[in-house]
Amino acid sequence: MASMATTALDSLPAPLRSLRLKTKQQELLLRVSALALIYVLAFAVRLFSVLRYESMIHEFDPYFNYRTTLFLSEHGFGDFWNWFDSESWYPLGRVVGGTLFPGLMVTAALLHRLLRALSLAVHIREVCVLTAPFFAANTTLVAYAFGREIWDSGAGLVAAALIAIVPGYISRSVAGSYDNEGVAIFALLLTFYLFVRAVNTGSLAWALASAFGYFYMVSAWGGYVFIINLVPLYVLVLLVTGRYSQRLYVAYNCMYVLGMLLAMQIRFVGFQHVQSGEHMAAMGVFFLLQVFFFLDWVKYLLNDARLFKSFLRITLTCVITVGTLALGIGTASGYISPWTGRFYSLLDPTYAKDHIPIIASVSEHQPTAWSSFMFDFHILLFLFPAGLYFCFKRLSDAMIFVVMYGLTSMYFAGVMVRLILVAAPAVCLISAIAASATIKNLTTLIRSPQTTSGKTTGSKAAARGAIDQSLPFQHNAAIALLLGAFYLLSRYAIHCTWVTSEAYSSPSIVLAARGHNGGRVIFDDYREAYYWLRQNTPPDAKIMSWWDYGYQITAMGNRTVIVDNNTWNNTHIATVGRAMSSYEDEAYEIMQSLDVNYVLVVFGGVTGYSSDDINKFLWMVRIGGGVFPVIKEPDYLVNGEYRIDKGAAPKMLNCLMYKLCYYRFGELTTEYGKPPGYVTSLTLLLAILMLLDKYDRVRGVEIGNKDIKLEYLEEAFTTSNWIVRIYKVKPPKNRS
Amino acid sequence: MAAPRHHLLLLLFLAAALALAAAEGAAAEEGPRGRRLLVLLDDLAVRSSHSAFFGSLQARGFDLDFRLADDPKLSLHRYGQYLYDGLVLFAPSTPRFGGSVDQSAVLEFIDAGHDMILAADSSASDLIRGIATECGDPEAMVVDHINYAVTDVDGDHTLIAGDDLIQSDVILGSKKIEAPVLFRGIGHAVNPSNSLVLKVLSASPSAYSANPKTKLSSPPSLTGSAISLVSVMQARNNARVLVSGSLDLFSNRFLKSGVQKAGSKTRYERAGNEQFVTETSKWVFHERGHLKAVNVKHHKVGETNEPGMYRINDDLEYSVEIYEWSGTSWKPYVADDVQLQFFMMSPYVLKTLSNDNKGLYSTSFKVPDVYGVFQFKVEYQRLGYTGLSFTKQIPVRPYRHNEYERFITSAYPYYTASFSTMGAFFIFSFVYLYHK
Repeated sequence: MASMATTALDSLPAPLRSLRLKTKQQELLLRVSALALIYVLAFAVRLFSVLRYESMIHEFDPYFNYRTTLFLSEHGFGDFWNWFDSESWYPLGRVVGGTLFPGLMVTAALLHRLLRALSLAVHIREVCVLTAPFFAANTTLVAYAFGREIWDSGAGLVAAALIAIVPGYISRSVAGSYDNEGVAIFALLLTFYLFVRAVNTGSLAWALASAFGYFYMVSAWGGYVFIINLVPLYVLVLLVTGRYSQRLYVAYNCMYVLGMLLAMQIRFVGFQHVQSGEHMAAMGVFFLLQVFFFLDWVKYLLNDARLFKSFLRITLTCVITVGTLALGIGTASGYISPWTGRFYSLLDPTYAKDHIPIIASVSEHQPTAWSSFMFDFHILLFLFPAGLYFCFKRLSDAMIFVVMYGLTSMYFAGVMVRLILVAAPAVCLISAIAASATIKNLTTLIRSPQTTSGKTTGSKAAARGAIDQSLPFQHNAAIALLLGAFYLLSRYAIHCTWVTSEAYSSPSIVLAARGHNGGRVIFDDYREAYYWLRQNTPPDAKIMSWWDYGYQITAMGNRTVIVDNNTWNNTHIATVGRAMSSYEDEAYEIMQSLDVNYVLVVFGGVTGYSSDDINKFLWMVRIGGGVFPVIKEPDYLVNGEYRIDKGAAPKMLNCLMYKLCYYRFGELTTEYGKPPGYVTSLTLLLAILMLLDKYDRVRGVEIGNKDIKLEYLEEAFTTSNWIVRIYKVKPPKNRS
Repeated sequence: MAAPRHHLLLLLFLAAALALAAAEGAAAEEGPRGRRLLVLLDDLAVRSSHSAFFGSLQARGFDLDFRLADDPKLSLHRYGQYLYDGLVLFAPSTPRFGGSVDQSAVLEFIDAGHDMILAADSSASDLIRGIATECGDPEAMVVDHINYAVTDVDGDHTLIAGDDLIQSDVILGSKKIEAPVLFRGIGHAVNPSNSLVLKVLSASPSAYSANPKTKLSSPPSLTGSAISLVSVMQARNNARVLVSGSLDLFSNRFLKSGVQKAGSKTRYERAGNEQFVTETSKWVFHERGHLKAVNVKHHKVGETNEPGMYRINDDLEYSVEIYEWSGTSWKPYVADDVQLQFFMMSPYVLKTLSNDNKGLYSTSFKVPDVYGVFQFKVEYQRLGYTGLSFTKQIPVRPYRHNEYERFITSAYPYYTASFSTMGAFFIFSFVYLYHK
């Protein structure tokens, strides 16, 4: 590349030629400008959502993050830290300050304050919307540094370019996707980079930096557990393969001890580093490292192989006994908590499905389909194994780390859709090595005949030349291959852009579909409904809905909800699930006991919006039935089949959710020529919904209960496309 | 109030009522209910045949508007405002009301918090029966009574002298009704699942319900004390409804006649009807038994301002003033059974409020060691009184991070250990590095 630039400069007119830089400077200039372009690209490609829709917060969790950030910027850190939110999880409330990862909010609030200090009068929402793209852009810089650290600066540049547009990462970091992952991937990669750097140099300073990177990661996302397990695993592998060194000792000990102490400052994490089973691996490896070091020292002192062997045996026995005892006693006494369900479900993908419906019900927790991999990685999927080959060819401490990161995260990505995100940086790095190394080899090949024909410039080139002669079409083949590589890379860029604009830029709170004439139809029903709640209900009204919409109702509707997306209390969610799947009179008692004033359901039967409450309903039954055995799933199924038409189970046709969704639906004709009460088959929906919604069923059927009468509730509001329906719970009858 | 008693001329009644109204206007203490009553009649003759009852109402300051039930200009409200505060429905045989009034309009009137006296008799129309049923007394039926039929007026034992009255001073007044209450008309069953309905005057165990003109071919479906002759209902919004199976109960004739129960020696100069209708109408129109709670306050001990949120283990004080309407003024309500719940899905604290005999009820307690959204909840339901049910929501938060003890005495060994280790390490490093 540098040489191309040189030739370009050669052709410049004389006055400019005096500006000619030395090759090194040219290379630096090129590198910096390429990096700057990548930085801008990474930011710009994530702005599709703002251009297509508007500057708004997306999806579910981001609304909570936005609400907390707003609180933080208005009330200050002290109040935020101690915030007790009485508007969610009524009547239990939620200690928000102690149950969230504050990194994202603090970052956004600081950015906001910084911009204010620079006299840029921006609203906190704009900062929140653009936080994820900003950090994605920063990630490219880290990827560059990482790539340079493990391979060379070319690989770093390619890695930066790949990660800037990889869909797996974009899916979680478009503008408006104001979620923990947005900054966490940056923190994750930064921690890994700093740690690898610390291992490579054995420098205490880098290890310290990595500990702070880890602290930031812990403050931002629960995914930090991945780091605290991967790093000790890596150390263990190095120990086993005999790659133990002082550098490793310094890096790990400093990073672990400081990182642990720092992490304890996050209220939500607290003492988990010493008390939870998920963090025990790191502690075990920490002690193991001390033992290793101690044995090394004893070996050095003793200088007698036989004596050392017996000493080793005694020490190892003692250490293992003590370790097992400590772990056993800790676990038995409850001091060390067992692994959580989420952790189990990572190791055993079927675990959640059998034991924890609330985890299994989330679409982003489903096992990944192959199409998702293809969709999110495109050519990287082929470059990844090639990159692994290169890694093994030049195995070093850093390489082992990258390989382990790549392999473990790929496994996790296969278990859970959302973890593709964690795998994306590793895949990009390893693929970048493959791409960079291949292209470099090819360009050397292309250039080598010219150089070898002219003059021999060293033993390497001579050796290459020798091989060259044995392959006559090598030059042409190299050009063809190079063109092929560029073609693939350009296809990658096109694919990424397309995916970003079509699939990942939808806010999912505003829905877009294609009308019959191909034009875009916008369904803004969610905001319509939340705005209605905000304007028309008393300020202390309690809204019951399925937990998916809890964050949005509190953030946009400013009303109290019973359950929300922070699924910390399974019983409470199960109570709501039970109410939704009971008959109206039973549900009324539950709603009275929870002081519910309004019930909100999401219904896609009119528009063909597939992720509505009827499609989620079986999960409500399952989660409700998990706690209250009176709810039995077979009652809602007919021969194991979930149906809503005439052949549906009687309990299904009369449960609260069915009634609320289809109330007065019988009066409506959704499609010309079809009988009233006909649910449209799926019209065009977002590709992502179809990809991720494993429990979606296309319901092209006529509903089974058209004559629905409500006794204890009354319709309060239905949005223009019927997507959100709100019902008011009537007070007890006055005269009976 | 010192209502003029019976035996007085109508004119005197009116004069006294006017005088009292003027006096009250000066005193100007607002009662729980207005004083405009609509009286619907089948026949304007009722106005004179029941004049004693109406007179007593007017004497107590009520403004009666007598209308025929089928008056085409009849209307309960105008421009969204109700024109009346209560309804006296003395039109048992009306098949339908005139104007814009119908069954649902009457029920809406009650659900909007207004009171009603409904009297039926054996000619009760479906409309009247429908309203009565909606007010909690299903199946109004013709009733006939053998055993307790009484002398003096008629002979076929349909006139009964009831003395099975509800034991409630609030409904029937503190003065006991000695004489039996004369009743002729239909009885009704009270829906047992409806806890809002009370039987004020029940039939005796030997009563049964049937048509006296025909022969009984099958056993009567409604017998004994299950039959209610007069019942009241207090709705959840405290609207009160009295349903009487007899219109004659309110008539001058019954009010004035003497009574002797069959098989009983004692003969009363006057039937208990006058006292009965006066007292029950006082209750129905909220001249008695109406409670109000005002000034619900709570605050931390030692403070006076109401906080927006409590912290766990705070000590707090709660107070409320409860007054009872005496007919002329709000008097302190005195009871020792008013309870306060500190409630979150279930009561965490349940305390009986103490009162100072001036209407102020108060208590103090410690907030439980549980955070969440609590409610101060008072649910006070007593026979005859209006229900008091008020809640006040208050969140309870956990400790802030700086509200815990900074240094715990029992942890001093640990503090010493850690600081001494740090000191020792520093000295050790120093010695190790610089001691050659």
